Amino acid sequence: MSAASRRFAPLAAFLALAVVVLVLPSFVSAFRAQQFAYVAIYLVAIIGLNILTGYTGQISLGHGAFMAIGGYTTAILMADHGVKDIWTIPVAALVTGVVGFLFGIPALRLSGLYLALATFAIAVSMPAVIKRFEGFTGGGGGINLFGLPELTASLTPVEVLGQDLVFNDWLYYLCWTIALFGYVIAWLFLGGRTGLALRAVRDSETAAQSSGVSLPRYKTLAFGVSAAYAGVAGSLFAIATTFVNPDTFPVALSILLLVGVVVGGLGSLVGLIAGAIFIQFLPIWSQEVSKSPGAPSVVSGLILIALMFVLPMGVAGLVARLKSLTKR
Amino acid sequence: MTALLALDDVEARYGPVQALRGISLEVAEGQIVAVLGANGAGKTTTLRSISGTVRRSGTITFAGKPLRGGPEAVARAGIAHVPEGRGTFTELSVVENLKLGAYVRRDRELRADIDRISEWFPWITQRAHQPAGTLSGGEQQMLAVARALMSRPRLLMLDEPSLGLAPMIVREIFRIVRELNQRDGLTVLVVEQDARIALDTASTAYVLEVGRVAVEGPSEELRENESVRRSYLGY
Amino acid sequence: MQQVVAGLASGSIYASLALALVLIHRATGVINFAQGEMATLSTYIAWSLTTNHGWNYWPAFAVTLVLSFVGGVGIHQGIIRPNEKGSVLRVVIVTIGLLILINGLIVMIWSGEVRAIQSPFPTRTVEIGGVAISIQDIGTIGVVLATVVVLWLLFQYTKIGLAMRAAAVNPAEARLVGVRVTWMLSLGWGLAAVLGAISGMLAAPSLFLDPNLMAALLIYAFAAAVLGGIDSPVGAVVGGLILGVGLNLLGTYVDFVGADLRLPGALLVILVVLLVKPSGLFGHREVKRV
Repeated sequence: MSAASRRFAPLAAFLALAVVVLVLPSFVSAFRAQQFAYVAIYLVAIIGLNILTGYTGQISLGHGAFMAIGGYTTAILMADHGVKDIWTIPVAALVTGVVGFLFGIPALRLSGLYLALATFAIAVSMPAVIKRFEGFTGGGGGINLFGLPELTASLTPVEVLGQDLVFNDWLYYLCWTIALFGYVIAWLFLGGRTGLALRAVRDSETAAQSSGVSLPRYKTLAFGVSAAYAGVAGSLFAIATTFVNPDTFPVALSILLLVGVVVGGLGSLVGLIAGAIFIQFLPIWSQEVSKSPGAPSVVSGLILIALMFVLPMGVAGLVARLKSLTKR
Repeated sequence: MTALLALDDVEARYGPVQALRGISLEVAEGQIVAVLGANGAGKTTTLRSISGTVRRSGTITFAGKPLRGGPEAVARAGIAHVPEGRGTFTELSVVENLKLGAYVRRDRELRADIDRISEWFPWITQRAHQPAGTLSGGEQQMLAVARALMSRPRLLMLDEPSLGLAPMIVREIFRIVRELNQRDGLTVLVVEQDARIALDTASTAYVLEVGRVAVEGPSEELRENESVRRSYLGY
Repeated sequence: MQQVVAGLASGSIYASLALALVLIHRATGVINFAQGEMATLSTYIAWSLTTNHGWNYWPAFAVTLVLSFVGGVGIHQGIIRPNEKGSVLRVVIVTIGLLILINGLIVMIWSGEVRAIQSPFPTRTVEIGGVAISIQDIGTIGVVLATVVVLWLLFQYTKIGLAMRAAAVNPAEARLVGVRVTWMLSLGWGLAAVLGAISGMLAAPSLFLDPNLMAALLIYAFAAAVLGGIDSPVGAVVGGLILGVGLNLLGTYVDFVGADLRLPGALLVILVVLLVKPSGLFGHREVKRV
């Protein structure tokens, strides 16, 4: 592959993806389209998680909690303060980003599995914490967004670029626009010096430090950015499900997000689409194999373990291997 | 005299880097053989390919049989490898280190051997239950050698025993090696950077350069040969 | 006093599972997220032996331990070992997959109903120093104590225990002296599975047997392991006991905490310890090798 085509390959792939996203709803049922909207939401979340874990090597089993913060920010702003749903998204990003950044500071003292445990603890305790602050969060009952005028297209179709979109379609395009946007931002963010610094941190902190890379700055930055992405995903999630309560963002979600990043391939943007698809469809595929009680879990577990054997570097690894084959 | 250990055209690599490009050497029973050379010449890799710690190709014969497998199998065959950096179990006690040295043995005479070894190194009795990590560098090196001896090996391999140690201690260690060789007929293969003391102790030496044997022969010859000394041995 | 003993009893259950986590972490450097589910599976096997097949308790207990041991060794050899060369994250995902798999397997075989399991100890209480103490609590503490002592003897005084310790602290060197390191690690997994099984079988009588028996317990075990120092077996036991007593006393005597907040309490412990002294009570600081 010549240098020029190597530069354009990612761009071409991206454009191809954008085209597929654009036309997909015309080819599949409305139900399927909704499922793909969720794929976009998970994609946003795992792009963020990838920046944290794939690039700076900080393992987080708590990104579901960041999604919860984003989701609740949106819900509270919409229900209690009459803010239109779209405008809550950047707010959610900001709030979650700041929280993530602040969490990144004490997290500097923790490495590897200790950090995983700490984030795991946060993810497990988040639902209880949400319930505790009832006055603010609506407690166990949650916050209902359905039928609110602030929720775009919930009651009547909204007009976008001359087309009338019903809620499902609007949701699909909203999520994917943000996901693709997020992809581009991540790509730019990770391409330059910052990305190089982040990868240096992952591969050897000591070496990076002695090369002058400021560890605290980059690690907390990564936490903040990664959390912001999760916040946006949570926000979209709330909009999509039109409802949030403490159980909307359980521990299982945090675990699934990490699984998605690993399946997609750490430290690379390429496989993340596959990871997001995996998160959304694994439970569904498992159910399709067998619906008897317990069987879907067995299938999911088996698939997960098998994947680690077959694709240890995730889908991105597969892509890299194919690329090296075509180079010869 | 048939060789106890024979390497025939052994190659080894670390990923894309070729460390050994075809090494052939022999160690006869009861001999002390030295492997010399500059940093990166492949000395440590040679020992590692014998003990099976690194993947290699080529033939290695030990006691008449082909030597195969990883470190566990090699240890059971009767080769004791004292690695670079001593390899003591710093968190375990001195006595536990010694007991581990005898891991491959199934007999019950460990206690007698520990006593015998304590004669060589009296401080072992005093510090028996202290963590090995509290010992000085020299003591740890001697502990490593003692541990290797606990397995009653047929071949003792030492990787840079002088590394990081004061000259006096280095001399002591090599004196002990010589005594063990003369008294008990222990066969020794020693890799060393300090060519002088290695040549004083060994009967034969191989000088490596970028993964190949550049010069070989009896130590006296190498010692006398000025050009060899200057180009390969640094003195 | 009664609460202290009860706390010690639940604490020893946490300690047993925490010890399992620490064993595996020391040996293979990973957290086994499936430890709880493995323990639940063992407990179901014990239940099945006693209830469905009419075995007496203690024989069933023993057989379950043996099966758990074999299972632990098998899981390490078959599933974990091939992935050890990759990143830590890979093994974590594998243990998560295992968690999901075993959980589903349990539901498939025995369905999700809650079941009652008998306790090996009578549920009477006994008067000691004027305080009524449950025999079950004493029995629980006793079993765990006995297990810990046996393990300690194994590690300190046997050749194979020494080999296991060597394999854990310095696998490369251990190989050079002839220790079959991979099998030592599998042994560690086997022992951990046994500890988990003990934990589950002791917990089941009071908590009732259902597929999610160990989920909460796993978190308490994490808290105990972190508190004690994730590489320290002594720490795991001490941490478990402290946690058990501490949470029990807090729950009983501090109103605002109540029974609900025990779990978040444990989580808070994890977070605080990790922030203040990550190496826990008995661990030592990791030295980063360049």
